[in-house]
Amino acid sequence: MSPLSPESLYGRKRKQRIFFLGCSMLLLAASVALIAIALEDTITFFYTPTELLENNVDAGESVRIGGMVVEGSVDLDPDGTIFFLVTDFSNTIPVVFKGIPPDLFAEGQGVIAEGVLNVQGAVDAVRILAKHDENYKPPGLQ
Amino acid sequence: MIANIGLLALALALPIALLQTGASFWGARRHRDALMQVGRNAALIQAALLTVAFACLVTAFLRSDFSLALVAMHSHSTKPFLYKFAASWGNHEGSLALWVLVLALAGGALAIRGESLAPRLRAHALGVQGMLGALFTCFLLFASNPFERLTPPAPDGLGLNPVLQDPALAIHPPFLYLGYVGLSLPFSLAVAALLEGRISSDWARWLRLATLASWSALTIGIALGSWWAYRELGWGGFWFWDPVENASLMPWLVAIALLHCAAIVEKRGALRQWSVLLAILAFSLAMLGTFLVRSGVLVSVHSFATDPTRGIFILAILACVSGGALLLFAARAARLRDDSLFAPVSREGAVLINNLLLCCGCATILVGTLYPLALETLSGAKVSVGAPFFNLTFAPLMLPLFLLLPLGPVLAWKRGSLLGALQRLQFAAFVGLAAVVGILVYRGVAPLWAPLAFGLGVWMLVGVCCEVFERLRARESRPGASFWGMSLAHAGMGVLLLGIVSHSAWSIERIESLRPGDSLDIAGFNITFENLSRALGDNFLAEQALLRVRSGNGDVFDLTAERRVYPIRATSTSESAVNYALAGDLYVVLGDNWTAEAEARVFRFYWNPLVSLIWLGAALMAIGGGCCLADRRYRASRREAKRGWEIRQRNFSADEIQ
Repeated sequence: MSPLSPESLYGRKRKQRIFFLGCSMLLLAASVALIAIALEDTITFFYTPTELLENNVDAGESVRIGGMVVEGSVDLDPDGTIFFLVTDFSNTIPVVFKGIPPDLFAEGQGVIAEGVLNVQGAVDAVRILAKHDENYKPPGLQ
Repeated sequence: MIANIGLLALALALPIALLQTGASFWGARRHRDALMQVGRNAALIQAALLTVAFACLVTAFLRSDFSLALVAMHSHSTKPFLYKFAASWGNHEGSLALWVLVLALAGGALAIRGESLAPRLRAHALGVQGMLGALFTCFLLFASNPFERLTPPAPDGLGLNPVLQDPALAIHPPFLYLGYVGLSLPFSLAVAALLEGRISSDWARWLRLATLASWSALTIGIALGSWWAYRELGWGGFWFWDPVENASLMPWLVAIALLHCAAIVEKRGALRQWSVLLAILAFSLAMLGTFLVRSGVLVSVHSFATDPTRGIFILAILACVSGGALLLFAARAARLRDDSLFAPVSREGAVLINNLLLCCGCATILVGTLYPLALETLSGAKVSVGAPFFNLTFAPLMLPLFLLLPLGPVLAWKRGSLLGALQRLQFAAFVGLAAVVGILVYRGVAPLWAPLAFGLGVWMLVGVCCEVFERLRARESRPGASFWGMSLAHAGMGVLLLGIVSHSAWSIERIESLRPGDSLDIAGFNITFENLSRALGDNFLAEQALLRVRSGNGDVFDLTAERRVYPIRATSTSESAVNYALAGDLYVVLGDNWTAEAEARVFRFYWNPLVSLIWLGAALMAIGGGCCLADRRYRASRREAKRGWEIRQRNFSADEIQ
């Protein structure tokens, strides 16, 4: 191979730079566009029962609500549907969930229900989250 | 007593780390060999001290020393041995002690085995490593002391959270931390290179070695965590795009970019500045992960610690370390400029495209993970960003990566031929397309992305096989361990993709309430709920449902789904019953007892086709990483390395990559 003159080396280096800079700009633009579209469509707002009522959330919107499961409110249908009430101690929202709740789900415990607000003002949950806390403390210690 | 020794060792580690930093930096600046030797010895002493401290912590857990607050909070005298052991890192303080230990061990490894590096470069890297050690030891001592006393001592402990009592999870944190904190070594090397303003091929070899080792460990750690979540959480899923999971995925992705890039620096001397930047980013993301997990800023199902001072402490360390390194990069990177030339279609070009895609993918995850935090801080609105976001952003960026993956290794250095590469891979392309058509016929068009993604997985797998076959047939040179490692890791990626696609597209979920004697059909299996019984475990009471399964080809087997109640923690867990098979897992979860009928139970049934490929793929990737580590050029004995260094020192300028 013949030795390259400095000019042509410089030129080729510049071409290489421009190509990869172009590539990265293109990819970056694509990522930004994807993120913008996804943030518009896929995020779910998190409310407490009071916030859900105050914010006039429309039926059909996907939401997450968090609060405590009201004592004695859990009711199980033979077909596996669970009804319960979530409270923040000032307002209460009913939740309907078909499935098996996570291990730490219990009356009087914190819970997050993820789903869609239906026309009756209840949340049709697709997922129930209960907190996994390694620092769980039964009352009495500390 | 044991605890006192541990605390003493931990407290001593701090001044030793400072000594390591001071002696190394000063020695490197003044070219004093004796001082640099002091720095190396300090690194070894620091590693020894922290090993002692951590061993003391583990001993306290094994002996159930409830005069320590940490042991009383997280262990119990009746707990099985393995979980007493694992409990020592299954909590905030203990896991950070492990973090600092791995950091010191990484520094120790560099001090012992780093002969091949230029002494000043090694001293600078050890100085940075010592500084990191000092910062995190400070954090451990002043904000999360694992040896804090409880007066009076508790009569017994609270036990480890039952859902965490699992063999996979017991060894998950050490691997994860080896990976996370192992990335401190590439970081220190990168900062050292910036301080020196010079890069040698030995530097690149070390960079790649450290990145490969960390990445392999991180792969194992993430896979174990995912496997645990799959079996233990009873959701039948393997990845939930939980912030804590994302926190481990981000450094993993950047580490992949870095280990490819480091190979280019090692072999061609190109992409030097970029590799330094990636090394800084990888460790910054690992520290960010630690911050996200350990500060409790995120509403996460994992929700670990919730002490704000700890969060601020880690954030301050993160800002200083990453900010400082990035500033240094801005100021000094120009010195590392290289004049290597390569065409867009070349192996270097392929690696650069791989890096760009991985970094963009990582950026979308970063945005998705931090967006809820930013929005809540700015506007008070609480949002959650879940799987739909990542499926829409991360997945499209990974598809071109998978498409290009088999091409990279068959392209020549500097200037490759796309046509030639495609010719070599035409068989793989054909098989991949056949797979797409086959799936379309067999499964139908919905969802459309699934056959395409499945075909991509087949293309990757067969493409790698083609390349291996060709290399073996050529016979002019026997491929080395790093070729095998690369091929295994690439094949693993293909296998992983196949598993992910079939799990996300074709798994079946059914929820039914059954009485003993009832049966149902799912995915060609007939399942009968036989009976319900009770059993007594080590530290739990269990309710077991016996299910008899008849498969389509006449096999009959039993599954026992279990629900456990742990009286000490007053919690219950469900132990899902899973029939593992390569074709797919049949997965049954026993629900709670809330029906009017005493014997009826709610069950959740899953059919997860090919799901085991996910972990098989991850295992292949980790083994591939290990194979690369076994390559001859990383195995050079210490004496050889030292002699090599002396020879190179004589022809110093000749060694540097031109």
